[in-house]
Amino acid sequence: MNFDKELNARGLSCPLPIVKTKKSLADMTPGQILKVISTDTGSVKDMAAFAEQTGNALVAQEEVGGEFVFYMKKG
Amino acid sequence: MAKKMAIIATKGTLDMAYPPFILASTAAALGYDVQVFFTFYGLQLLRKDLSDVKISPLANPAMPMPIPMPVMVQMLPGMESMATMMMKQKLAKHGVASLEELRDLCLEADVKFIACQMTVDLFEFDKSEFIDNVEYGGAATFMSFAGETDICLFV
Repeated sequence: MNFDKELNARGLSCPLPIVKTKKSLADMTPGQILKVISTDTGSVKDMAAFAEQTGNALVAQEEVGGEFVFYMKKG
Repeated sequence: MAKKMAIIATKGTLDMAYPPFILASTAAALGYDVQVFFTFYGLQLLRKDLSDVKISPLANPAMPMPIPMPVMVQMLPGMESMATMMMKQKLAKHGVASLEELRDLCLEADVKFIACQMTVDLFEFDKSEFIDNVEYGGAATFMSFAGETDICLFV
């Protein structure tokens, strides 16, 4: 999947993946896609909750080799 | 209009310092207006230098220990510093941010910190030891914001 920016959140625990996702989205324009890579199992539910509460869209997510990859479209 | 969250932070130990900063930084990331009111021992969390924020195994039977440790041993000199060092290592190993980092993230996200003026006076704290981004106020100051919040927590 195409993306405009990537955030490496590997090795970070709650709440850093969410807080850093928010910061990464700040300088992006609506419609652009942020790819987030996390190793925090808690981030699976948290990223969905983040999207729901902030008006950004979690357009895709996958688990690759123990890592969680999220594609967040800026709203 | 943005949702609001208020937290009262009353504890100054390492374990109890995390919830206010984690919740405040997360809520701010979710678009909340956040204020944290620091009172009593919670004021320690506003010091520039957080190295005195420690954890004690004493009177903390729920604390997971690598080996069972009798209370008589836990009270020996140096045990508190050792427990603190071990906890900090564990936090770092698991990628949990330091208190300083979480506090900075809160400030970056415009979380407002209010220090309880009464406790500052009571404990004769030196305001110059606190970080700069702090306002001083009392319970009524807190209420004016807390009364309008969607989430209000006491830690």
